Amino acid sequence: MSARPADFAPPFDSAQFVVEPTDPPDERIEVGALIVGAGPGGLAAAVRLGQLLEEKPELRERLGEIPVAVLEKGKAPGAHLLSGAVVNPRAFRQLFPELLAADLPLIAPVEHEGVYFLTRKRAQRIPAPPTMWNHGNYVASLGEMGRWLAERAEELGVMIVPETAAEKLLVTGGRLVGVRTGDKGRGKHGEKLPNYEPGSDVTARVTILAEGTQGHLTGIALRKFGLASKPQVWALGVKEVWEVPRPLHRVIHTMGWPLRGARRYREFGGSFIYPLGESRVAIGMVVGLDYTDATLSVHDVLQELKGHPFVRAILEGGKRVAWGAKTIPEGGFLSLPDSFSFPGGMIVGDGAGLVNVPALKGIHYAMRSGMLAAEAALDAVRPGQTAWTPGALAGYDQGLRESYIWKDLERVRNMRPAFKHGFVRGAVLAGAAMNTLGRLPPRDLELEADASVPVLVGDRAATYPAPDGRLFFDKLSSVYLSGNKTRDDAPSHIAVRRQIRREVAEAWVHMCPAQVYEIAGSASPAGNVVEVEVTASNCVQCGAISAKGGRLLAAEGGSGPEYQSM
Amino acid sequence: MSRTLVYVEDHEGEATKGSLGVLGKAASLGGEAAAVLCGSGIASIADSLGAHGASTVYVADDAALESPLPQPRVDVLAKLVQEQGFDAVLFASSVLSADVAAGLSARLDAGLNWDLTDVEERDGRLVGKRPALQDSVLVDVGWTEAPALGLFRTGSFEPGEGGGGSAEVVTVDVPLEDFSTLTAMVERAHEEKSGPSIEDADVIVAGGRGLGEPERFSLLEDLAKALGGAVAATRAVVDAGWYPYASQVGQTGRTVSPKLYLACGISGAIQHKVGMQSSGTIVAINKDPNAPIFEYSDLAVVGDLNEIVPKLTELVRQRRQS
Amino acid sequence: MKIAVCVKEVPDAAAARRIDPQTKRLDRSGDGALNEFDTHALEEALRVKEGSGEGEVVVLCLAPERAMNSLRKALAMGADRAVLVADDAAAGSDLVATSKILAKAIERESPDLVLIGQQGGDSDGAVLWGSLAERLRLPLVSQAASLELSDGKARSKRQTEYGYDVLEAPLPCVVAVSDAINEPRYPSLKGIMGAKKKPQETLSLADLGVDATEAGEAGSRTEVLSLTDPPSRGDTQRIEDEGGDSAEKIVAYLAEQKLV
Repeated sequence: MSARPADFAPPFDSAQFVVEPTDPPDERIEVGALIVGAGPGGLAAAVRLGQLLEEKPELRERLGEIPVAVLEKGKAPGAHLLSGAVVNPRAFRQLFPELLAADLPLIAPVEHEGVYFLTRKRAQRIPAPPTMWNHGNYVASLGEMGRWLAERAEELGVMIVPETAAEKLLVTGGRLVGVRTGDKGRGKHGEKLPNYEPGSDVTARVTILAEGTQGHLTGIALRKFGLASKPQVWALGVKEVWEVPRPLHRVIHTMGWPLRGARRYREFGGSFIYPLGESRVAIGMVVGLDYTDATLSVHDVLQELKGHPFVRAILEGGKRVAWGAKTIPEGGFLSLPDSFSFPGGMIVGDGAGLVNVPALKGIHYAMRSGMLAAEAALDAVRPGQTAWTPGALAGYDQGLRESYIWKDLERVRNMRPAFKHGFVRGAVLAGAAMNTLGRLPPRDLELEADASVPVLVGDRAATYPAPDGRLFFDKLSSVYLSGNKTRDDAPSHIAVRRQIRREVAEAWVHMCPAQVYEIAGSASPAGNVVEVEVTASNCVQCGAISAKGGRLLAAEGGSGPEYQSM
Repeated sequence: MSRTLVYVEDHEGEATKGSLGVLGKAASLGGEAAAVLCGSGIASIADSLGAHGASTVYVADDAALESPLPQPRVDVLAKLVQEQGFDAVLFASSVLSADVAAGLSARLDAGLNWDLTDVEERDGRLVGKRPALQDSVLVDVGWTEAPALGLFRTGSFEPGEGGGGSAEVVTVDVPLEDFSTLTAMVERAHEEKSGPSIEDADVIVAGGRGLGEPERFSLLEDLAKALGGAVAATRAVVDAGWYPYASQVGQTGRTVSPKLYLACGISGAIQHKVGMQSSGTIVAINKDPNAPIFEYSDLAVVGDLNEIVPKLTELVRQRRQS
Repeated sequence: MKIAVCVKEVPDAAAARRIDPQTKRLDRSGDGALNEFDTHALEEALRVKEGSGEGEVVVLCLAPERAMNSLRKALAMGADRAVLVADDAAAGSDLVATSKILAKAIERESPDLVLIGQQGGDSDGAVLWGSLAERLRLPLVSQAASLELSDGKARSKRQTEYGYDVLEAPLPCVVAVSDAINEPRYPSLKGIMGAKKKPQETLSLADLGVDATEAGEAGSRTEVLSLTDPPSRGDTQRIEDEGGDSAEKIVAYLAEQKLV
């Protein structure tokens, strides 16, 4: 039996998150430009705004006491950032033309790289597709990049406000006028605890949504302002950092095993293994969330991967020191919103789906789009103008369309959808698309939302290795390593149906890398509907549930994982 | 030959077990072990300390020392150390002793290592053992000069049975600093709760989701009562509303280290482990033979707790009565 | 009323804490955070100030320079001023050296009340206040589960192994609060945004008149000799409940361990 997660809409009404300002005017916090999210996109926007305002003191004056503010839901900038990462330094060079590579928060240039096709026992090196050539790119920790960018932004007078979730859009007369931050100190049932601290209205002349993957307000804005007409699709990445006794001197990507190639499974993805200096290695597994076997667990597939002789040899004698998980928007060009701006606001980075899946790159697009948004923002709030005038921020859309982001994404647009036909046929189609620089296939392929793909309970879980606490780990010890300290008594920030078809429940249980979902009790074998228990305090806010039939909401500011250098 | 002074804390006319354990340990180090008692009307305790290894017992008996407050005790110990030149001063950890040790450290500029679980003499120098970072690493700590001050974790050493040894009892006078007597005790400790809290209990009976239903906590309460202990719970069952938050053990609850931790129906994820791993003896009962908790239990019982626990309670009761 | 609150910066994310095998010190390279135990002391200070309607709350900290970020959290919660003693020579200070330096910093403020949390979240140390009170020659109350000020006196319930004592000390005094005393507030958004503008002072050891030889390893009287893996718990004895005599076997085991 199969079931479609999309048939079980979560108890979630996006209209609840679009409100008028409620705080009395003198209690509202007024800022000039407001950025939601301290990731590479938001911080690049902040830095660019800071740079431009240094050149234009009169404009800074006009933007008030707090010209630029960045709200970050994590404990600190970087706490919720996670990526591979191999970074194209192009956007860094554009943002900091005066700095040398050595001054940037990059670990090391990619010197050697190899792409391998794995079978259960073997690793066969294959020619790297051109999209995956990393010459000139750098291995980096996105978390460290975030911290570094936040420092640069603060030096330029940007106010960074961590531990603060943006929960609602403030909309007046069809214009975005800011956000309302989330309450803190509420109990399990929403009741006010003794240390209850209400959220605040933060009003702004212009707002940049830079929330990254599965952005809460981004989703609301796309809907409210009717910006998107095509579905986005997602992949889930689970990553570990290992301290290893022997340095790894190359960047490795693998395809094939432990993912299954048969068309009916739709298991699209691969792994990355990157050296982080001499003594550490990052290893991660990324799998598209349109798979069909409800027992697929990316966390466990990663564990399985580590048991491959080729991978085990790299980690042998080492120690796992970090773990984390995050989704990646994979739809690329075919999933982009029709418009990236609306009266008073813009969407940048992963939130807008600016990710090049065949190249496994998105960070420099996030940064570049942030910079373009910053430039459009200041242009729109110069004397005599407002960002609320229809079309006032169209310069951002135009900037994007003229940028390398657009060209890159357009060229590879048909590669990801090809893989719904399974690995082999997908690879042929994708190859054709690539070799013709996007001219083939003649008609663009279509993407199907992940939650629309029916799932059935298969036998995927049969081969997951048992946790041994050395090479293979369970989910709970992994969540522990993420530094997640979410209060047990906080209200749940996950909207899902609690009674649902077994197939969907199983899919959540296996998919979630943080063991948030469990099937309660033992449902009668006849009963096809089960009760789902949700342990929201385990959640590392990866966003997978939003792709697969649920909805991640804004958690209390400061909660969630505390990644140190993911 | 090194000379060690042990601060012996008293409560209701008796030396605390922890202090006696540390005294025994000090005596076993090879050198001379002395004890110091501070209080009012405590002379009777002094005689018993020889049996626990003290060669000399210094007694500061004074009305000003009646309340268990640290600062006057610092005055007594400081004078003793200055006059007698002890190489080390050791304490069994308690609210009072920790404050005395810290005050003495500042008075004498003497190094203090805390949270010790053991100590040994190595090449004529004292070396302490200290588990750190949630007991994930064992640290050997030393002192760069004498006197060496050390605070030991509760339960580090069991007091000996007490032999026939006798100690010389020396009365010391009590010169108090002006600021030492400013804190006054208005009311002496009274219990505000029935039964020990999970932090104070020597025995904890803890329940997890394997109990199956909240009503079964009564099985654990019966067992805890029979053992003179307290009941604790995992996050999952507190979350589910089966037991109050105050009894939650683990990463987001309390950290406990009882002598005996009896885990019933607890799988033992790391979030639970970090809250109880420093317990003395861990006994786990679980149906699942692969439960992670068995990896760090001293006694792993694979079986149905619904059958085992009531029987266990009955057996413990019988033992207590006989 | 001037209240000094001593706070510690601890490495964030307890799960990732490690000791650097080279320096044998706690690795402080990652993000730092305000020691949670100290936020209870700060909360109590803020309540005292709010209760009396006047006064100043100063947070004092000995830590590397970037700890000012963590002190900002204290300012965001409502502290009026932050004083950070940051000096390379102070790295690796033990209790003797730390208490000496902090006592100087407190003396410089001459507060009416010194508050501190009950434990360092990283070192598990629960002793600093004892040393501070001694060096400041002030009365001490530790493990305070409540605090009331009146007539120039601080009255507290002290939590001990045996229950609650009620202690009273004249001001100025040192009070170490237990985490049962209150629930620390969340910083408000206005508080977070205003924190940066509050007075923040960074002092060197020289500013406090502390000689470098009295600080850091030179001024410490304890040392870390080596790090090893903790001994395993030993072998696990296993009982499979087959004959239905598990309870008997458990009791026998407990008896052998002298636990019943």
